[in-house]
Amino acid sequence: MSIDITTARKVAHLARIAVRDEDLPDLARELSAVLAFMEQLNEVDVEGVVPMTSVTPMRLKRRPDVVTDGNIQDLILANAPDAREGFFVVPKVVE
Amino acid sequence: MSNPNELTIAEARDALRKGDLTAVDLTEACLSAIEAAGALNAFVHKTPEIAMEQARAADDRIRAGDAPAMCGIPIGIKDLFCTRGVPSQAASKILNGFVPPYESTVTRQLFESGAVMLGKLNMDEFAMGSSNETSVYGPAVNPWRVDDRLLTPGGSSGGSAAAVAADLCLGATGTDTGGSIRQPAAFTGTVGIKPTYGRCSRWGIVAFASSLDQAGPMTRSVRDAAIMLGAMAGHDPMDSTSADMPVPDFEAMLTGDVRGKKIGIPREYRMDGMPEEIEALWQKGADMLRDAGAEIVDISLPHTKYALPAYYVIAPAEASSNLARYDGVRYGHRAKLGPGDGITEMYEKTRAEGFGHEVQRRVMIGTYVLSAGFYDAYYNRARKVRALIKRDFDQVFADGIDAILTPATPSSAFGLGEMQDADPIAMYLNDVFTVTVNLAGLPGISVPVGLDRQGLPLGLQLIGRPWEEGDLLNHAYALEQAAGFSAKPQKWW
Repeated sequence: MSIDITTARKVAHLARIAVRDEDLPDLARELSAVLAFMEQLNEVDVEGVVPMTSVTPMRLKRRPDVVTDGNIQDLILANAPDAREGFFVVPKVVE
Repeated sequence: MSNPNELTIAEARDALRKGDLTAVDLTEACLSAIEAAGALNAFVHKTPEIAMEQARAADDRIRAGDAPAMCGIPIGIKDLFCTRGVPSQAASKILNGFVPPYESTVTRQLFESGAVMLGKLNMDEFAMGSSNETSVYGPAVNPWRVDDRLLTPGGSSGGSAAAVAADLCLGATGTDTGGSIRQPAAFTGTVGIKPTYGRCSRWGIVAFASSLDQAGPMTRSVRDAAIMLGAMAGHDPMDSTSADMPVPDFEAMLTGDVRGKKIGIPREYRMDGMPEEIEALWQKGADMLRDAGAEIVDISLPHTKYALPAYYVIAPAEASSNLARYDGVRYGHRAKLGPGDGITEMYEKTRAEGFGHEVQRRVMIGTYVLSAGFYDAYYNRARKVRALIKRDFDQVFADGIDAILTPATPSSAFGLGEMQDADPIAMYLNDVFTVTVNLAGLPGISVPVGLDRQGLPLGLQLIGRPWEEGDLLNHAYALEQAAGFSAKPQKWW
């Protein structure tokens, strides 16, 4: 499977990474090379094999559904590039 | 005591307990060594004030007779670990300025046991790389060299490996997703162990590929690795994949006795075009373990060849999901926006500016293999192959194999910049011997065994049964004793 420029543009958008039009051919080539490498997996007979979901056969731990944390608004906002009045600030979303 | 920064952790611990050395003197020696080693670019955020404060506290504890093994031992912390109040940016521009208000579980445990933090260590961006060249700080440099070329310390834990090899610290934390502890250890003549998946908590470690990531120690001896792993490991309710199992006294398990143990030599690890020196070293390692009384057995791990392509589906898929959080909203870098730019432009520009080339490539590969129509063909198939790779290991362990011996890397350290024009796959091949271990969740350790023709260190890898790090460390200890590797890099920095 080789990736064309249209697909490269679509993947970049899905990944929310801006890629300039003039860089798309290189990107398409690089992605195609990596995918070609992955094609080897088609040689493996995986009939009846269950996809691995957990590498150790261990049940996920459970804990009581209670509040264990909170009241740390200042700490949560401390690293924000833009925060005002207790909120994260982003460009206008609603027209 | 002159140059105490050159001591092993075990030696320093004993000297501290006897009162022959103070943590303050030891820490000052390390801080001076770090100041003189700017050319290695290993420490990227230095924390001398924290170090001195922790050293004084450690001396008090030692005097009071309350001194766990790591008490007063100066270490470096990979930049991937969140450390409270200290920049932690995974060597990425996108986390520029990020100062965590919390402490990772592994570093918290280390500090509770009295370890002293000298600073944060260089690495590949988001741990994606094998040469430390994807770092926003520029590459860490290997203290080993043979001519005027600067060599890579490997990656992604390259700063950790360089700092330990150059005696800037007594040990360092690393993380390993596909070989990021073991390959740099092999390139620098140091010891690095990736424990069983779940042995060390991942909480507070910047996530790359969550089903593969594990933290581990990087040290100058197997004994030191046993000591430091003991302080890092243990159950943590903050990580749902952390194993609720007791942590044994790994150091107490180092007897060096491997008589009657079965060591597997997997035939599929004999790669086409493998340098003769690597082949010879591997044979030498097998001979050493046989001479120590172990039985050497030829084994087969038939799906080995497919580990690397499976890894390069699974790891980018998980990375694309984990790295979605870097959106310029909650922390780190946000791009300057132009007139009319909305939130989508903010995400796209922020991520284009904040992620380096390799990270962008992997995020996009991951996005592609998870996208509608390709999920089954790539991601699900890779997870099935992963199950088969694990089954290969389960089979040989069920047949009575105690440990598996393989080369750690396909070559010794290469020059910085030498792989720049190579295609990404060539760089990925660095992980060819190590990546199977992550896919199967097993413990693996790299032990320095010899020097190549040029005079650069080479390592061998031992792979153990799940949860049997103690036994694995003991095999590594036997190999270390037989190899007697004592070479050090000539100081040029």
